[in-house]
Amino acid sequence: MPERTSFREGLRYRGGTSMWAWMFHRITGLGVLLFLCIHILETFTVSFGPDFYDHTMELYNTVFFRVAEIGLLFAVIYHAINGTRITIQDFWPSLWRYERALVWTSIVILILVFVPLAVWGLLPVFRGEL
Amino acid sequence: MASYPAARPAGRFETYSWLFMRVSGIVLLCMAVFHLLLMHYAIGVENLNFEVVAARWQSPWWRLYDFFLLAFALTHGMNGARILMDEYMRASGWRLFLKTVLSLLYFTLVVMGAWVIVTFN
Repeated sequence: MPERTSFREGLRYRGGTSMWAWMFHRITGLGVLLFLCIHILETFTVSFGPDFYDHTMELYNTVFFRVAEIGLLFAVIYHAINGTRITIQDFWPSLWRYERALVWTSIVILILVFVPLAVWGLLPVFRGEL
Repeated sequence: MASYPAARPAGRFETYSWLFMRVSGIVLLCMAVFHLLLMHYAIGVENLNFEVVAARWQSPWWRLYDFFLLAFALTHGMNGARILMDEYMRASGWRLFLKTVLSLLYFTLVVMGAWVIVTFN
């Protein structure tokens, strides 16, 4: 039986950088899963023919979804980079002693990858095209 | 280093689950990130329509790619949600109920996704 912990106890636990990296891993994972479920349903509508599908896809061309898309981008990139860090540490356990440094390294990589893509993705919003 | 013994995994299933999350994570790091950059940046969501999907799925290789992406991503995500339920839910009745709902959702979405990828014409 796995250990069970309430969400509030989890927040009170003073685990520092590594704990927050772990907490964000769970939140971003759930966020991506939510989008994935919507994405599968939306792609399914392609079988209803061009009119229905094109109308469905029109819904994404709004400021709300464009901003939400940037949230998705952040969640995917964070989850990918932090997951890679966890996998590397799991397979080379001697690296666990450098965990804090590795978390900060992954945050730097996250910023370098995310910020340019986010600005690029939001260009239509900045230009007022939506 | 830590002087306490490492927690032992709760049986064979959880060990395979742990390994699956790492292996599928590496697969998704390549497949999902490529998919995101291709569809959201190279093509652009505003240009996605029926015609684009039909043109892509002319190729059986894209259908195969999308099928594996669907299978890996949904299994990885749903297994993650299962782990969260095991860790955060105290009432075993609710946990069993929600895990049943999660299994049904997983099954339904895999079938819907696979069906549209295979039968789209």
